[in-house]
Amino acid sequence: MAAAPESTGETGLLGWIDKRFPLTALWRSQVAEYYAPKNFNFWYYFGSLALLVLVNQLVTGIFLTMNYKPSANEAFASVEYIMRDVNWGWLIRYMHTTGASAFFIVVYLHMFRALLYGSHRKPRELLWIFGCLIFVALMAEGFMGYVLPWGNMSFWGAQVITSLFGSLPVVGGTLVDWIRGDYVISDATLNRFFALHVAAVPIALIFLVIAHLMALHEVGSNNPDGIEIKKHKDANGHPLDGIPFHPYYSVKDLVGVMGFLVIFAAIIFFAPTFGGLFLESPNFSPANPLQTPPHIAPVWYFTPYYAMLRAVPSFAGTQVWGVLVMGSSIVVLFLVPWLDRSPVNSIRYRGPIYKIMLAIFVVSFVILGLCGLKPPSGIYPLLAKICTALYFAFFLLMPWYTRIDRVKPVPERVTGHG
Amino acid sequence: MVKRWLLTAIALLPAGLVLAQEGGEIEVQRAHTDIKDLESLRRGAHDFMNYCSGCHSIAYLRYNRMAEDLKIPEKELSANLMFTSQKPFDGIVSAMPADAADWFGKQPPDLSLMAREKGPDYIYSYLKGYYVDATRLWGVNNVYLPGTAMPDVVATVQGLQQPVFKSEKDANGSDHMVLRGVDALTKGSLSPVEYDGFARDIANFLDYAGEPVKAKRQSLGVFVTLFLLVGFVLAYLLKKEYWKDVH
Amino acid sequence: MSGVTVDRVQHGEAVDQSRRRMLTLATAGFGAVGVAFAAVPFISSWQPSVRAKALGAPVSVDASKLEVGQMLKVVWRGQPVVVVRRSKAVIDTLGGHNDLLADPNSDHSLQPGYVKDAGAARARNPEYWVGLAVCTHLGCSPLGAFEPNNAFQVAGTDLGQNWPGGFYCPCHGSKYDISGRVFKSMPAPTNLTVPSYTFSGDARIVIGEDETPKSS
Repeated sequence: MAAAPESTGETGLLGWIDKRFPLTALWRSQVAEYYAPKNFNFWYYFGSLALLVLVNQLVTGIFLTMNYKPSANEAFASVEYIMRDVNWGWLIRYMHTTGASAFFIVVYLHMFRALLYGSHRKPRELLWIFGCLIFVALMAEGFMGYVLPWGNMSFWGAQVITSLFGSLPVVGGTLVDWIRGDYVISDATLNRFFALHVAAVPIALIFLVIAHLMALHEVGSNNPDGIEIKKHKDANGHPLDGIPFHPYYSVKDLVGVMGFLVIFAAIIFFAPTFGGLFLESPNFSPANPLQTPPHIAPVWYFTPYYAMLRAVPSFAGTQVWGVLVMGSSIVVLFLVPWLDRSPVNSIRYRGPIYKIMLAIFVVSFVILGLCGLKPPSGIYPLLAKICTALYFAFFLLMPWYTRIDRVKPVPERVTGHG
Repeated sequence: MVKRWLLTAIALLPAGLVLAQEGGEIEVQRAHTDIKDLESLRRGAHDFMNYCSGCHSIAYLRYNRMAEDLKIPEKELSANLMFTSQKPFDGIVSAMPADAADWFGKQPPDLSLMAREKGPDYIYSYLKGYYVDATRLWGVNNVYLPGTAMPDVVATVQGLQQPVFKSEKDANGSDHMVLRGVDALTKGSLSPVEYDGFARDIANFLDYAGEPVKAKRQSLGVFVTLFLLVGFVLAYLLKKEYWKDVH
Repeated sequence: MSGVTVDRVQHGEAVDQSRRRMLTLATAGFGAVGVAFAAVPFISSWQPSVRAKALGAPVSVDASKLEVGQMLKVVWRGQPVVVVRRSKAVIDTLGGHNDLLADPNSDHSLQPGYVKDAGAARARNPEYWVGLAVCTHLGCSPLGAFEPNNAFQVAGTDLGQNWPGGFYCPCHGSKYDISGRVFKSMPAPTNLTVPSYTFSGDARIVIGEDETPKSS
């Protein structure tokens, strides 16, 4: 039997609810009396922004589903119907496509913050793992979402990526047909991607985000100095360097939200295709199984991984090595909490080696992205090979260089405030 | 007005149009279309209906939407722009039968989204890119779509053009002739400057047809972005005020 | 103390609560306006789309070939609309049985103003009655039974000796006169609904439009 809920001291309707549901208790423990470090900086906006973009995708996605038709015959036309005939349909559509790209920008910056300040390290390993799982789910969601308009790039992108599974030994061929539900990307594929994109993966994402936030609240946030604020508490048991999330971070995150919305709106209203990066030109033509677009590239947020895939040549008559390398580039992310052997969390107190390796990692990732956008000719194939090696070096050499790196003394209390 | 004439005059200064650098791809010419120029859009709609709609549909654009956005009165719409038995709320569908591929080798594509897929500059360039080619079914080819199955429907207004070949060395070092541009061959009913406007108007119209809401989207965007900027400033002031507490 | 000092007296300045409240109110108000603006597109997207409006566009009917006592049926907005041609004799008797009707003046029924004002004829042009063939009881499609005094003219049903001509709904037996007005004590509560319509030409009826359409 559960213990009777403690009185929260609230009266009226709120008091009635509190006796039956921990509303005030939740508000206090998770928001009004949840203490976060007072020194959050610019890099700490991206968590709440990711939540904002998730809500945007869910709401605009639901409204798109009200008019979208998930069949190979009608999908493309239904998107144009939304763009032209549905009142404000064009705005809802652009909010969704811009939101998809914004989601990846925000999440990449959010992950970078973790690498900067050591937010992946003990006791936040599970928090990081939930984050990696969210990232994987997001990639699946983005990939399937891109197929739904059933444009020519939707079709051929899906064709190429699902074919990758065909390179797996023994099971490859059957697996590909099983994924597609047909011998080629078809109506069957579209229908199941629709079900997954609209229902299954969003539900999984919501659960993962809740788990992510619960894991965060269990140990408390990290901070730019990487020190544990719970080490020094005041007479009330609150961290000396902590401030209640509400009103201080609710009000600060609002600034982040508004700044983001200005940029978000500017893109939606003035450059929704973003030069063909957010909405790719070949996708304005319906899926044509008989004609490949002159240049197939996945959407920009997948291009780094696509570049790695292409960078690895065939060996022993199979291309599975590229697939394995591409897969490993994601798997290795999950291992970071255990690869990082530094005695300190934050880059502020690490030595020069980590700073250089992190900078190389970021630059390689960006260059890989550029390589993935371009056709595999000229200087790009070599560049992709080099940057793939550098990407993996960041992770695989980490146990070594984080241990030998010089560290600076870590302060007891946080430096500065946001 | 003056700027547009100046631009077209400059663009056409050399009598022949050499479109590519040595060894490079033939670049698409800039059309400088303006979807807020309703006059141009109206001319483009008119020209499209007369020269293109016989074969090409723009099925996602409804007649009445076009009339409303371009401010075309209903009488003008039905008298000059509607040639089939369609109704104003119908999409613009050509009378081309479904087996046109048998005649042309390829079904004339629907052009609703051509401007979004290839860009108005491509459409403008394509309309200026025809040249005579005896090896082709219709006796013509196009610089921007080599081997095009579409006949030269603009021959009467533009006149015919002839190809300009230049001798270049290929990867093996041997000489061969490469298509590098076109030159006027015969006169059409429009002067080169007028024809340039004709091509631009059609490209502009198809740019509009690709996304009819574009002009409204941009003007609304000014209001929304400014509104959100005000909100950003307010939020910032609010943050600063509360954070005076934090030391 | 934690990183927050709400009381900043120690630094020589008190918290300006009124400025705080004003800024909070201003931001909240701004946010409320923003949310309202943002809600408009989503709510508006539920309005009938351009395609729905196109499919629901007015329908033009040519009633010139219709003979007296005959009915033609067209579909408008997914519903059956009938046009009945009435003889002069029938039109003259229309006001005669008002005491048998549940809503003789169409006070509780649905029709355009100009149809209500036409009284018993309930039509723009009394020679042609236009209305939705949808029984106001539960939506069945009533049958035409336009000959007066002709019992058994509809599916073996006895309409009575004084039947003035009209409509009979086979589902639950509701009876309407030839202007679609329901008789008393019928399952149906109100008269048959009349949509907006107009005449373009003598016998050309445009259903779904109020103004005289411009010539096409």
